[in-house]
Amino acid sequence: MGVEGIGARVVRKEDKRFITGKGRYVDDIKLLGMTHAHFIRSPHAHAKVKGINSAEALKMPGVVAVLTGQEIVDDKVGNLICGWAITSKDGSPMKMGAWPAMAPETVRFVGQAVAVVIAESKNLARDAAEAVVVEYEELPAVADVHAAIKSGAPQLHPEASGNQVYDWVIGDEGATDAAFAKAANVVKLDVTNNRLAPNAMEPRAAIADYDAAEEHFTLYTTSQNPHVARLVLSAFYNIAPEHKLRVIAPDVGGGFGSKIFIYPEEMVALWASKKVGRPVKWTGDRTEAFLTDAHGRDHVTHAEMAFDANNKITGLKVKTYANFGAYMSLFSSSVPTYLYATLLSGQYNIPAIHAEVIGVYTNTTPVDAYRGAGRPEASYLIERLMETAARQLKVDPTALRRTNFITQFPHQTPVIMAYDTGDFNASLDAAMKAIDYDGFAGRKAKAKADGKLRGIGVSCYIEACGIAPSKAVGSLGAGVGLWESAEVRVNPVGTIEVLTGSHSHGQGHETTFCQLVAERLGVPISQVSIVHGDTDKVQFGMGTYGSRSAAVGLTAILKAMEKMESKAKKIAAHALEASEGDIVIENGEFKVAGTDKAIAFPMVALAAYTAHNLPDGMEPGLKESAFYDPTNFTFPAGAYICELEVDPGTGKTSFVNFVAADDFGRLINPMIVEGQVHGGLAQGIGQALLEHAIYDASGQPITASFMDYSMPRADDLPSFNLSHTTTLCPGNPLGIKGCGEAGAIGASAAVINAITDAIGKNNLEMPATPDRVWRTIHAA
Amino acid sequence: MYQTIYHRASSVDEAVSLFGKSSEAKFLAGGQTLLPVMKQRLASPSDVIDLGKIKELQGVELSGDVLTIKAGTTYFDIMQNADVKKVIPAIAYLTSVLGDPAVRYRGTIGGSIANNDPAADYPAALLALGATVKTNKRSISADDFFQGLFTTALEDGEIITAVSFPVPAKAGYEKMRHPASRFALTGVFVAQTKSGEIRVAATGASQSGVMRVPAIEAALKGNWSPSAIDGVSISASNLLADIHGTAEYRANLIKVMAQRAVAAAG
Repeated sequence: MGVEGIGARVVRKEDKRFITGKGRYVDDIKLLGMTHAHFIRSPHAHAKVKGINSAEALKMPGVVAVLTGQEIVDDKVGNLICGWAITSKDGSPMKMGAWPAMAPETVRFVGQAVAVVIAESKNLARDAAEAVVVEYEELPAVADVHAAIKSGAPQLHPEASGNQVYDWVIGDEGATDAAFAKAANVVKLDVTNNRLAPNAMEPRAAIADYDAAEEHFTLYTTSQNPHVARLVLSAFYNIAPEHKLRVIAPDVGGGFGSKIFIYPEEMVALWASKKVGRPVKWTGDRTEAFLTDAHGRDHVTHAEMAFDANNKITGLKVKTYANFGAYMSLFSSSVPTYLYATLLSGQYNIPAIHAEVIGVYTNTTPVDAYRGAGRPEASYLIERLMETAARQLKVDPTALRRTNFITQFPHQTPVIMAYDTGDFNASLDAAMKAIDYDGFAGRKAKAKADGKLRGIGVSCYIEACGIAPSKAVGSLGAGVGLWESAEVRVNPVGTIEVLTGSHSHGQGHETTFCQLVAERLGVPISQVSIVHGDTDKVQFGMGTYGSRSAAVGLTAILKAMEKMESKAKKIAAHALEASEGDIVIENGEFKVAGTDKAIAFPMVALAAYTAHNLPDGMEPGLKESAFYDPTNFTFPAGAYICELEVDPGTGKTSFVNFVAADDFGRLINPMIVEGQVHGGLAQGIGQALLEHAIYDASGQPITASFMDYSMPRADDLPSFNLSHTTTLCPGNPLGIKGCGEAGAIGASAAVINAITDAIGKNNLEMPATPDRVWRTIHAA
Repeated sequence: MYQTIYHRASSVDEAVSLFGKSSEAKFLAGGQTLLPVMKQRLASPSDVIDLGKIKELQGVELSGDVLTIKAGTTYFDIMQNADVKKVIPAIAYLTSVLGDPAVRYRGTIGGSIANNDPAADYPAALLALGATVKTNKRSISADDFFQGLFTTALEDGEIITAVSFPVPAKAGYEKMRHPASRFALTGVFVAQTKSGEIRVAATGASQSGVMRVPAIEAALKGNWSPSAIDGVSISASNLLADIHGTAEYRANLIKVMAQRAVAAAG
């Protein structure tokens, strides 16, 4: 592999600029003549906008304009779209209410923008915003899914009667009912998957710059997928055609899914920039992030699992209510359907599955993909069910899992997914060994003598990543293809620029993608740079989410590298007077195999550009591009085991040990993979113990700051014990599965299984706050 | 933040004089509450008078059985102080678990008690130790000083100059941290004075701010041990309730934290 090749723990190239404060984020960018936007947002969860009086604000110093929702509608800027069409079980399309970028008539969640002030500074814009008088007529609001579907509940959108977006089903209901009819045991569970606020370290921001002479827009924005942003802004929002809109996503400080979506603020900034004839900057603050970044999760589920007399699972029934908030965000419809219910088979051989998902509007912030997106909800449900079943059937939870593990691959589940490979016993073995599972009973007894309640919890997760085969997702309703593109540009001196449609916002692509080049050419990674995040530089790309950048994005780079190498070999063979088939690449040289004849890679590059002595008919230059469309999802899987103690006096949980044995296929940079797992586990544990975006019954957010919303901190987390068991993914040439979301998908069930084991009561909702655990311990 | 006029006072007298000349002035100590509130535009003082550079407000003095901490002393300086650690280690401990390092470098004891946040740690120490608050005008006993949520006996323009603690025979503090803010979800300070009086104060729990806990004081009288509190029942009525702790939970925490504080006090 070489010191900088695939599998090497190369220190991240990008960290020098990040840790010395030299990162260039959207808010760091200042354009000549730039104005500043401040949004006026609804304090009500549901209200009619009766009037907006900006007369006083317009007289205030530095105010350039006050623009309203009615004006953006009048200018025919399109409503926000949802890019994945879901069909209800009765054959009807999902029911969507209109979502204008600023509300002209009705606001449906606290924080929805109704107007924007553009001023010479952010502070002047804020001052003027306080002088804008918005007259609201409050309407009854509803925040909870169960309340929202009751008859007589406040209605959000006339298009969606009963606040129901869709009622979608998957699987074979008849076969599942038959399995339950014959079951020896049935295990039932109600679970709530708590709503989370994504909380990227960098709040969202946008700068729009309209050039009237060229009729051209530039948008600097905090995006995980700048090309998708350009596509949507052009094709649906009527901002500008694609060739007249450049989208730049420079350094981006974390996304976790929340920066996939194109938000109203970006649309308004672009539109306003043209209206006022000057660049417009908006940088969200933390409160705006809590109110307007798409939230994650928020499912309420009832599930039943049928077992035969040998503890083999024979059927699974699931009914889930998914809270979408007030509007359908860009990919929201796919999250509780194709990203959730298709993973309900878990790691288990389940012959019959039937799931029904009811999507519901409420007067809350829109909900969309957040690290794991549907798969954490599926994994949490299945792994809580397995633990509940083990307790009910009085068998060891690891033994029950092993009884039901899928061991033959490929394996077709009853819910679309075809698992390509895996070894679930191997990862469970590794995790059990790492935590000394067999010694747990002794440790529990000793803890009891010290007055502590000790528990152990297992979670065996599987996820579908590397999204996705374009044809497959197209047939399921996706509005886009999910391939990736890459371009390899070799400069005349032999340095290399790799242009990628993937976007790095914490993933370390500037290092890992270079490692592939180093692996193949034997050149140092200092000779390679990764270019991403600019639609003027990179031709196209689908961006980074769903743990896809290595499995899909890097494979596209591999395809482009192969094309480039093929041409370079022809040039080398010509120069060395050898046959192309005899050329091998070693340590930065193109060699004639078995001889000492060689030409250094920079000389090959130079020959390509001088074009003095190329094979007949060959074009000069050394630059190749490729598009890669995956053939299947990838299926990272693993086993997490958590051991912890609960203080019966306070209900507080303290970790003893947390082991994670993951199968991610081939690892490009194990150090970066470990960092991804650490971050994912922190978010999964955060969901289990701390995080919860809460609304009161009237739709007012209770947790709109870090004083109330509990983010996990270092001292909330254990020192993680990580290991890897590897089956190479057969679906891509590098054998990569992806590692970005696993921790967030697998961790929460392990934690709740361990706490419920410790306290001896099975029913406990997330987050398991000390108060909630204490009340559960002491409940009758 | 709204526009404001910043003044740096070099003496208490100058600070008082500046206050008198301003329409809606605020004193700035460590700024750990005032500045975030101003940044969020929830406060708009016309003038901010910085007390941070006033030398007479800095330092710790031990005189016989009285430990005096000047109001402008930062948490960091308090927890590092040899006299504090020697005569009232419970104060050093309380300070070491207050906020985070950034807060401890800036925040001051005077700022904390003047603000009287119902979840702040210091009010519990003052109340349990029977401290005296010294101002530029007078001395106020802790029992009289704290008057409810964010409310104290301070008059407009009055500046806390120091807090005097009688050195106790025993003292201990334990708290359950609020999961999000890390303030005290409930904290209990227990003290036994040299004359044998038992004083117990809880913070973070009551709807009326820091409070004495007579039931626990009675239980500990004559039996200074965690188990003495076993039979005590704390009523949940008039306790705070929020998403991180029901009133019943806080009632339980008063008892559990008191037991642990007694154990810590030895």
